[in-house]
Amino acid sequence: MTELSPEPFVTEDGRTIGGVLMEMRDITLRFGGVVAINDITFDIREGEIRAIIGPNGAGKSSMLNIVSGFYTPSEGEVWYKGARRPPMKPYEVARMGVARTFQNIALFEGMTVLDNVMTGRLTHMRATVLEQALWWGRAEREEIENREKVERVIDFLEIQNIRKTPVGRLPYGLKKRVELARALAAEPSLLLLDEPMAGMNVEEKEDMSRFILDVNDEFGTTICLIEHDMGVVMDLSDRVVVMDYGKKIGDGTPDEVRNDQAVIDAYLGVPHE
Amino acid sequence: MATPEGDPVSVPGLLARNAARFGDKPAYREKEFGIWQSWTWKEAEAEIRAMAMGFLALGLERGEHVAVIGRNRPALYWSMVAAQMCGAIPVPLYQDAVAEEMAYVLDHCGAVFVVAGDQEQIDKVLSIQDRLPAIRHMMYLDPRGMRKYDHTRLHALSDIVAEGRVAHERFETELAARVRELDADSTCVMLYTSGTTGKPKGVVLSNRNIVETSKNSAEFDRLRPGDEVLAYLPMAWVGDFIFSIGQAMWTGFCVNCPESPDTMMTDLREIGPTYYFAPPRVFETQLTNVMIRMEDAGRLKRWLFRRFMAVANRVGPAILDGKRVSATDRALYTLGEVLVYGPLKNALGFTRVRVGYTAGEAIGPEIFDFYRALGINLKQLYGQTEASVFITQQPDHEVRPDTVGVPSPGVEIRIDESGEIYYRSPGVFEAYYKNPESTAKTKDAEGWVATGDAGFIEEGTGHLRIIDRAKDVGKMAGGALFAPKYVENKLKFYPNILEAVVFGAGREMCCAFINIDLTAVGNWAERNNIAYSSYQELAGHPQVLDTVQSHVEEVNRSVAEDEMLSGCQIHRFLVLHKELDADDGELTRTRKVRRAVIGEKYADLVDALYGGATEIATETEVTYEDGRKGAIRATLEIRDAAVVPAAPKAMAAE
Repeated sequence: MTELSPEPFVTEDGRTIGGVLMEMRDITLRFGGVVAINDITFDIREGEIRAIIGPNGAGKSSMLNIVSGFYTPSEGEVWYKGARRPPMKPYEVARMGVARTFQNIALFEGMTVLDNVMTGRLTHMRATVLEQALWWGRAEREEIENREKVERVIDFLEIQNIRKTPVGRLPYGLKKRVELARALAAEPSLLLLDEPMAGMNVEEKEDMSRFILDVNDEFGTTICLIEHDMGVVMDLSDRVVVMDYGKKIGDGTPDEVRNDQAVIDAYLGVPHE
Repeated sequence: MATPEGDPVSVPGLLARNAARFGDKPAYREKEFGIWQSWTWKEAEAEIRAMAMGFLALGLERGEHVAVIGRNRPALYWSMVAAQMCGAIPVPLYQDAVAEEMAYVLDHCGAVFVVAGDQEQIDKVLSIQDRLPAIRHMMYLDPRGMRKYDHTRLHALSDIVAEGRVAHERFETELAARVRELDADSTCVMLYTSGTTGKPKGVVLSNRNIVETSKNSAEFDRLRPGDEVLAYLPMAWVGDFIFSIGQAMWTGFCVNCPESPDTMMTDLREIGPTYYFAPPRVFETQLTNVMIRMEDAGRLKRWLFRRFMAVANRVGPAILDGKRVSATDRALYTLGEVLVYGPLKNALGFTRVRVGYTAGEAIGPEIFDFYRALGINLKQLYGQTEASVFITQQPDHEVRPDTVGVPSPGVEIRIDESGEIYYRSPGVFEAYYKNPESTAKTKDAEGWVATGDAGFIEEGTGHLRIIDRAKDVGKMAGGALFAPKYVENKLKFYPNILEAVVFGAGREMCCAFINIDLTAVGNWAERNNIAYSSYQELAGHPQVLDTVQSHVEEVNRSVAEDEMLSGCQIHRFLVLHKELDADDGELTRTRKVRRAVIGEKYADLVDALYGGATEIATETEVTYEDGRKGAIRATLEIRDAAVVPAAPKAMAAE
């Protein structure tokens, strides 16, 4: 396991990795008698792409749900931007700059792509229901501002041609992209991706990988992702946390993790000597 | 420099004139971030001048070549004009070309600057730059993903424009001097022909070629400021250069660029162009889409569509040509306009089209008539890169699907003994770049250029009719005339058939390869609950083969009606397991069939067609978009098609 220097540094490909953005300290999560996560500690640094991998049932999604505030850990502390984060509702976490996508797509199927992505801006809207209803005061100004932000995201993710298409009519790969668009529209400082490539074909995976790298590169967004496709994980991420049965069994750069015996045994399979 | 009438003789000259004359009228529009952004002539001129000064700051010299690669965007059009202002020569490249093809052209023209649309194009150039020592600077328009790149010789185009703007004091005089040097004889642009055979050739076109041709053709169709065009065809293609730069500069109309290639149809509707150009393939695709959607529509709509399309097909073209039509028919047509044609034209984005053209390939008469019947003034023209497009075109009211019109203004036409068409015009190219041999072979001392097409001037009307590529037209073993294009075009009218390749020169009978249209056939499969997992599987489905067979047999019946060509009936055919693709060299970048390449590549299939086998196993190499190669294997069924037993008449020996 690598100990990190707390100082910001520049990676080989020229990206700046800053200080610690989020820290999970001794996290344990229990559902009744089941220990889903057992005393895990790791951190996410500004500007990096951090992956969480592990076999099915290792507790990856639970971990992501703790980060996003959906679960409150039974034990342990979550530190975010240098302060301890008290138990929060997910929407409060979202307001603090954490956005996510879901493993099994959670979009509004009947709404257009544009409207779906606009919902990503909700945390940035201040107009009251009355103002919205009367289209008065802040409401119009905010709508215009937010639409502009959303259009930039639409342009970035190259989904202009489906802007006005109801999400329900889109193929799976595009829905995944729309979900990413919605999360990006929130202008998060931490972006959580729960299996962004699940169920995609090779071409869609390549596209999605490019978008993830571009998001990280262009906006400097910190990304924490869960993914099964090892090739993708090793290519994309700066550091990888490996989980197995709720425990952390590895943490480090893709190369370190790939050569870690515990990881090889648990996840990648034992090599035949 | 100016003509006796005071008109400028170069593209930069026209730009200055337009900025003065049309100042605040829109010159360019582009949809970005969901909104149409627009630039007036004045603004466009300021941008182009700043860009030109930016180029000067980077050391662009007279006579050097600037390669432009990307999809249609105003800034890329500007970069071409900016290069011209510096006395340099713009060379637009096909953006979908793979790196290898680009390497040839970039090396051949010795481009010193590359202006690229985005990261994808820059990556391609970077991958081959070792072989291209002439390149001094590269610029990109879309900064996305470019931050980490080494920027010693790479620049954002916007930075170059900004630098040019800042440095204007230093470069105004130099730029003015260079623009003053431009005259009718200086090179305007160099365009590489895609060529159905051999390596691409660089066609050098002078300002005279472009400006005169634009003037003549704009006057022919009474184009005017206030017209709108949608620029969506490859910038490397001569047609786009004439429409979006030549004619736009000459008349001062507005060039609209779509948001992305995928939004083309939506953008077309929003802009509602008044002057529209599309190759037959685009019209075919649109018609296919209309037909598919009509099949999915409700009963009443289907009935209305069928009922009124019958009326339109009967009287529409006549009304458009200003011929006499009975009062009942006229009333019915008017009703149809309200109920069917108007809404349909609106859905297609053709409501405002005053002049529409198609060229590049022969268009199926049925497709052509469909649009004419709707009241869209669709015409055909016949042209070549070497002619700055226009050789012949159809005047309003004299439009027929089987001719390509009368000689364009200023063009002379001559047919030689063998039937090949020659032309001479102010648009005739200067030379092939670094290829005097080919130049001499194509253009004679008097300026006559061989088209490579065979045709004849129709008596009475003076319209030109094209039979086929001169080298494609051949004889079958029995001596009957073999004109593959003629048959292929008939086949391609069926929405289910995307492409067809007919063989038969020097053979006893004609055989064909067919490519199904995945959109149309896929839709049919969906509606009939036919499951398929790949293009290959769908293409080999027995029911698909049955459908294609019925199309082939219908075509045979239609071909048999023409005594001269009845020998071209298709005896045997197969449906190909992959779509013919330009990346595999089977089509040109403008999507014309390379018959020889296909015949060679699929020699085993051709042998099987003529060998009488009912099945053939084959393996084909394919090139993916990123240049990697792979192979697909398939077993194809070969079918016999019924032919009409009209004894093919042997042509008299010459």
